[in-house]
Amino acid sequence: MKILVAVKRVVDHNVRIRVRPDGTGVETTGVRMSMNPFCKHAVEAAVQLAEKGQADEIVVVSIGPKTSNDVILTALAMGAHRGILVETDQPLETLAIAKLLAKVVAEEQPDLVLLGKQAVDDDSNHVGQMLAALTDRPQATFASEIKLSGTELEVTREVDYGRETIALPLPAIITADLRLNTPRNAALPMVMKARSKPLAVRPVAEFGVDLSPRLTVEKISPPAERLAGKTVGSVSDLAGVIVTVVNEMEAI
Amino acid sequence: MSVLVLAELDNHKLSPATARIVAAAAKLGPVDVLVSTSAAAEAASAIAGVTKILVSDIADLADGFANALFDLSARYDYLVAGASTLGKDVMPRLAAKLDIQPVTDIVAVDGPTRFTRPIYAGNALETVTDNQPKHVLTFRASAFQPAGQGGPAPVENIENTVVSAVKLIAQHRSESDIPDLSTAQIVVGGGVSVGSAEGFALIEKLGKTLGAAVGATRAAVDAGYAPNDWQVGQTGKIIAPDLYIAVGISGALQHLAGIQGAKKIIAINSDPEAPIVKIADVVLIGDLFEILPRLTAELEKLQLGR
Ligand SMILES: Cc1cc2nc3c(=O)[nH]c(=O)nc-3n(C[C@H](O)[C@H](O)[C@H](O)COP(=O)(O)OP(=O)(O)OC[C@H]3O[C@@H](n4cnc5c(N)ncnc54)[C@H](O)[C@@H]3O)c2cc1C
Repeated sequence: MKILVAVKRVVDHNVRIRVRPDGTGVETTGVRMSMNPFCKHAVEAAVQLAEKGQADEIVVVSIGPKTSNDVILTALAMGAHRGILVETDQPLETLAIAKLLAKVVAEEQPDLVLLGKQAVDDDSNHVGQMLAALTDRPQATFASEIKLSGTELEVTREVDYGRETIALPLPAIITADLRLNTPRNAALPMVMKARSKPLAVRPVAEFGVDLSPRLTVEKISPPAERLAGKTVGSVSDLAGVIVTVVNEMEAI
Repeated sequence: MSVLVLAELDNHKLSPATARIVAAAAKLGPVDVLVSTSAAAEAASAIAGVTKILVSDIADLADGFANALFDLSARYDYLVAGASTLGKDVMPRLAAKLDIQPVTDIVAVDGPTRFTRPIYAGNALETVTDNQPKHVLTFRASAFQPAGQGGPAPVENIENTVVSAVKLIAQHRSESDIPDLSTAQIVVGGGVSVGSAEGFALIEKLGKTLGAAVGATRAAVDAGYAPNDWQVGQTGKIIAPDLYIAVGISGALQHLAGIQGAKKIIAINSDPEAPIVKIADVVLIGDLFEILPRLTAELEKLQLGR
């Protein structure tokens, strides 16, 4: 079985971001970048399937500027076999990303595509579902457990009411949630080896996809700031505060 | 400009989130609602501002709903759902079929084509204009007030011709009489320092006294102290209660992403330097195991009557 994993380079999830004062975006120069955490779980899931002998090739793809090579190398060090960078400096909307990935799927014909459920920058949670629509494949989003028997997948998903388990046939699209696994930190020899694995850099123009944005971003603004309130000294004081708040609520 | 809202269900019944989505959608035009069960159809027809109910017995799966909405899309300018697991599953899939860039997780409607949504775990807000011929949107239910009672709206049955490739095998639903976390007025949340599932009984007890829903951090869920549907935050539920009581919760930015809409935050924490202490309205510093039983007892004495 062949698996395609999509990975995104984003502002590291531990960085507290700053909105630019002119409202044009979020400050990214000089900010630590890394692989989107959900994508890391997707790579780990693919590597585990390979380790169980259920997958024989893992291809990892990223769409973005040249620097996205970093996250492809991280995935190769974790155990993916080869990489594809679809290179573009233009910021792309999720529909354009899904269309580019659909082209890669058409070329590579993977049995399974694994993606993170969302990217921690735009927080969109679109791409897996859109790719599923464009390739007319079934989807299992928010995956926290994946079992493969033959050409059937059994996926447990994290949903609003708890968890549910669904069955779907290959070829399919899965998006990873954080409880799917614990991503490995690649050991140094793997990091060194990753550099010698094949990595194809392909200009975005090769794919013939219309990338023009559909939405106009008017502004990016900081959320309303919350300021520290007061500290109370005792449990009775706190109980008093709670009663006041609850009474105010009831009055409205 | 006509709007079709995909109803939000909770175990075949209409979820309280639907009235909030309808209220938000009504700012865009007259609202029809698509539901998949007749019980929900009846409840939805009594929401103020609903023009018509469409009923189709679609199985609760993404490709089914996406295809059903696609078939109906010619009749509508806006296709709308909640930013729930259902809406997240269905609407991007539908949008791609329609060749439309969706706008999701909307927290403010600034005009017929202008919407605001949080990015970077709520640490920034993005305002976009959507000038596409059709609009595929999801709304964050907790950001909108529910529509009132109205109707009854007429009901139309839609034939369902969709065959899904996906089969539902099992549902793991945590049954309880605790109020719905996403729409509760008061939420008591516990962190990993609560220490065990038994420890969470203290949180639940305080919650019960206040008629509150119960939430948890991801660390508490990962440790197995609380079920995953209690998780509040960037990757859990986004809530906007009138009051959030954070017990033994550090206030990591991914957790705060879930409670930015809370009107008042009370923090109980042993560490005066915890990030949550810097943003809470009222703080009590101390050990939660000493504080919780006493606080619950005091509140019981005061008989809130909720
Ligand atoms: C991509 C990503 C997504 C995430 N999504 C979420 C999410 O949706 N929701 C979420 O919650 N987290 C999420 N996290 C995890 C988040 O970063 C934090 O790790 C988590 O919120 C911390 O949980 P906590 O407050 O329970 O634990 P800790 O950070 O360990 O805090 C424990 C707190 O308890 C206090 N304490 C300890 N003992 C006591 C006592 N006896 N009495 C009183 N106070 C005490 C401590 O002072 C401390 O403040 C995510 C992380 C990542 C990387």
